[in-house]
Amino acid sequence: MLVYILRRLLNVVIMLVVVSMVTFGIFFMVPKITGSDPALLYAGRTTDKVAIEGIRKKMGLDKPITTQYGLFLKGVVAGRDYDAGPDTTHCPAPCFGYSFKNEQPVWQDLKDKVPVTLSLASGASILWLLGGVATGVISALRRRTLLDRATMITALAGVSLPIYFTGLVSSAIFVYSLGWLDTINYPDGGLASDPGGWLNAMILPWITLAFLFAATYARLTRATMLEILGEDYIRTARAKGLTESVVIRKHALRSTLTPIITVFGLDLGALLGGAVLTETTFSLPGLGKAAVDAISTGDLPVIMGVTMIAAFFVVMANLVVDLLYAVVDPRVRLT
Amino acid sequence: MTDNSTPQEATSASLQKKPSVPVQSTGPVGVPEQERDRPEAFLAVRDLKVHFPTDDGIVKSVDGLSFNLERGKTLGIVGESGSGKSVTSLAVMGLHRTGQARSRPDISGEIWLDGEELLGSSADHVRKLRGRKMSMIFQDPLSAMHPYYSVGAQIVEAYRQHHDVDKKTARKRAIDMLDRVGIPEPGKRVDAYPHEFSGGMRQRAMIAMSLVNNPELLIADEPTTALDVTVQAQILDLIRDLQKEFGSAVIMITHDLGVVAEMADDLLVMYGGRCVERGTAEEVFYEPRHPYTWGLLTSMPRIDKEETERLVPVKGSPPSLINIPSGCAFNPRCPYADIPKGGITRTTRPELQQVSGNHFSACHMSQEERTRIWTEEIAPKL
Amino acid sequence: MSEKSVADTAIPKQSSDSPEPLLRVENLVKHFPIKKGLLQRQVAAVKAVDGLSFDVRPGETLGVVGESGCGKSTMGRLITRLLEPTGGRVEFQGKDITHLGVSAMRPMRRDVQMIFQDPYSSLNPRHTVGTIVSAPFKLQGVNPEGGVKKEVQRLLSLVGLNPEHYNRYPHEFSGGQRQRIGIARALALKPKLVVADEPVSALDVSIQAQVVNLLDDLQDELGLTYVIIAHDLSVIRHVSDRIAVMYLGKIVELADRKSLYSAPMHPYTKALMSAVPVPDPRRRGVKSERILLKGDVPSPISPPSGCRFHTRCWKATEVCKTKEPELIALKPGQQVACHHPENAPDQVPGESVLAEARESIELAAPAVEAEAAEAAGEAAVAEAEVPEDRPQESTEQ
Repeated sequence: MLVYILRRLLNVVIMLVVVSMVTFGIFFMVPKITGSDPALLYAGRTTDKVAIEGIRKKMGLDKPITTQYGLFLKGVVAGRDYDAGPDTTHCPAPCFGYSFKNEQPVWQDLKDKVPVTLSLASGASILWLLGGVATGVISALRRRTLLDRATMITALAGVSLPIYFTGLVSSAIFVYSLGWLDTINYPDGGLASDPGGWLNAMILPWITLAFLFAATYARLTRATMLEILGEDYIRTARAKGLTESVVIRKHALRSTLTPIITVFGLDLGALLGGAVLTETTFSLPGLGKAAVDAISTGDLPVIMGVTMIAAFFVVMANLVVDLLYAVVDPRVRLT
Repeated sequence: MTDNSTPQEATSASLQKKPSVPVQSTGPVGVPEQERDRPEAFLAVRDLKVHFPTDDGIVKSVDGLSFNLERGKTLGIVGESGSGKSVTSLAVMGLHRTGQARSRPDISGEIWLDGEELLGSSADHVRKLRGRKMSMIFQDPLSAMHPYYSVGAQIVEAYRQHHDVDKKTARKRAIDMLDRVGIPEPGKRVDAYPHEFSGGMRQRAMIAMSLVNNPELLIADEPTTALDVTVQAQILDLIRDLQKEFGSAVIMITHDLGVVAEMADDLLVMYGGRCVERGTAEEVFYEPRHPYTWGLLTSMPRIDKEETERLVPVKGSPPSLINIPSGCAFNPRCPYADIPKGGITRTTRPELQQVSGNHFSACHMSQEERTRIWTEEIAPKL
Repeated sequence: MSEKSVADTAIPKQSSDSPEPLLRVENLVKHFPIKKGLLQRQVAAVKAVDGLSFDVRPGETLGVVGESGCGKSTMGRLITRLLEPTGGRVEFQGKDITHLGVSAMRPMRRDVQMIFQDPYSSLNPRHTVGTIVSAPFKLQGVNPEGGVKKEVQRLLSLVGLNPEHYNRYPHEFSGGQRQRIGIARALALKPKLVVADEPVSALDVSIQAQVVNLLDDLQDELGLTYVIIAHDLSVIRHVSDRIAVMYLGKIVELADRKSLYSAPMHPYTKALMSAVPVPDPRRRGVKSERILLKGDVPSPISPPSGCRFHTRCWKATEVCKTKEPELIALKPGQQVACHHPENAPDQVPGESVLAEARESIELAAPAVEAEAAEAAGEAAVAEAEVPEDRPQESTEQ
């Protein structure tokens, strides 16, 4: 078991290093392809050659690429000093460099956005997990009934309707038409400063995002459950005289959850890196929105930062899934 | 079931009514008329029909099956895949009434267990009998045990379902059972998972689980088919010992004539959802009176015979259960189909007729004809 | 590791009057590595096949029998070169094919064909029977006389299928018919050697006999040589001329059918045969020769030292634990790897049976051998594993 965990952790580290290489590569290559110069981008409107040269030196852009990557990696892990003679700037870890736009360290900028995405993803995931699995199970148990068909058609709609559609429609209904909710406006301090405002801002994004995912989960749960119900060990459980509810809860559901955990981990990891469409639709200041803004302005350091954070979440989610898997399925423990 | 319903039209609705009126018209089976009401036998199955409605038509998996079984005795049910033998066992266990309402078959007939009719009883009542009064061993113990729960936990669950005891007592009982079925170090192995057991050990654990509540009826559905021959011998031995110890009635379902010859007191040969021959093991092995039974005996290679003459297989393939011939299901494969049957047409279904004592077979050929064929043509080849 | 033991187990040459073997296998070894730990180092190996030597003569049927995990299927895949051996040598018609690559094997594939156990999964459900049976022609670039279609139809009728069914799909056939399709495919290129891995075990009894007879007829008609791998001793007895009994990656006994079944020499062979249920109810009470092995086959990852059967053998002595017995001919046409064979003189006389060996089986009295009489008594005592409440009479038969 220990070896298993160690091996997984090693995998995590390798994955993250690979991701950092790729993102750094993009940072290095993109300006070259577009024919611009990072130093120039940092400089903004200045065209003073000396100032640009100073920036180049300060940011270490004159060093060979391997050294630059080393410095970059050191910055992410331990922080980094941008040193140009008397003018030394310290960029604390995790340092993804400075934004081209506001010349703030990227992390300064992003760290306020992480909680927004975190609130969105965790709230929605709880909703869709409960809703999706419950609907899937009921659907499987009432297979080929009207209820089953209705649920599955709703699920199909959930999968196929884009979030900017459901999002806008739901805002139109609940905020503007019925007036049940205030205009969505994420409070600056988040949950801590204004719980009411926070909830008001999150509730529609949660539901619309959860609807989208719940649909997939309902279908997956239904299909898995039906397969599991045909297993020999379910017949054995019934042959023991167990009540149907025990058979379903204790025997069928536990097996059904295994594939769902896998998908859930991946989905949650991906969402934590920023739910781009949802955040844009509801104007939530999360990582996804930051990424979109950064892309539209070509703010490479921010893009790198978001990418690294997203990758971190995906890899960690995968780790958690793998460990959970070993807990759920005793057959995994040996490897 | 009401008198006017023809056997084929019996529907699940007939399950609701407790059949108490003796049925005159459906009396093919060799159970004497006076026994019809409440049978003496420990287990009595009467005119059991299990029909699955499918898009292609009704699959008549079991179509009018009757047999008796006493405590302490073993009934072997022999047949090929699709003959209805496993479906029969699931019906006796009441397992066809569990699960999805939509995929349940239509069942009719009577199943009497210890003086109690099961098909007419409530599903919950039958559930309470399952695992306690009657229990089952399945073919593949790896897929028949839940992979996520320890062997001990699964035995404990079976025990506590029917006994109001705490976990510790149940665990002790589980260890005792594992010990009883010959699992070494039961105190340690009780916490192992099914995948950590070998095939033979798993089947032992499965047996421990089925017997944990001292059932009076044990149904073993191909219990050794997935096992190696030396392990098979161990398991058969174990089942025999346990049966002696607990005095249970055993139904042994198998396609292996060797296994039934070792285990069974009585034999029932199934073909196309119906019984074609039944009697004591000796009668069926040494004086069989049905061409299908002959076919099974002649097509089987034998380890105990010096001469390795050519095998005589049954021609053709087992019938599709959707379109079973209206007459004898074996007719298309029967080598004696062309022998004149005294005016009986091919569409007439042969009913079980007494050969002697409790030996019955269902064939249109005359007794004399069949005795002649057996003694002159078949027996010398064996 | 097995350099030494491999050298030890080399069989003496076959008697000189036998023809040149079609297939010769020497010291065949296949180990599957097990990798573990952070660096995925190889920590052990499954010794699936661990030093096999035998010949297959033209026109004969060699039956290979053993329990699951004895390596018989691996052996089949090695001699057809679906797997590459870890060690040893496979010669087909005098040509070394042990390490031939895919392209070098291609011409060989015409002569060596395989029939698989499961007629359901070994045929592509999306291809018609015609496509399946004609595949070998396309792969080998062979153009049979009269065209592919005519040849396929000839093959179909050869195996007892209707040639008109050329355009049907596998699911339209029953299990037995599908196995016939598999056989037709195997025979398409007129192979010399056919290796059949459990050819009938997935089939119903009445269908089994049809396929067994078909294999028989085809052998007579086409002069085929078979290696038939099966776990069913009755089927093996029926189809084979010679039989190899395998246990944990080794051949423990290799003999012609008559000798093997009438006077098995290896205790394992004997136990295996006595475990087969006999379809004869009257013999139920008589089982005078019933040997009930206890426990399971040990793991092929770390097989027992010396004779691999010694942990379950009722005749095991000290020498069995330490010295691996060689496969030697104790009688013309009967080779056995045992220090204390049945039905033959003891190879290492004067050894006393180990105490634990006596408990290794449950003997149904009356005992098998004079020396085992005592063991029988012991075996009954060994039933102490059973709780006391068990009635004594259950020591049965």
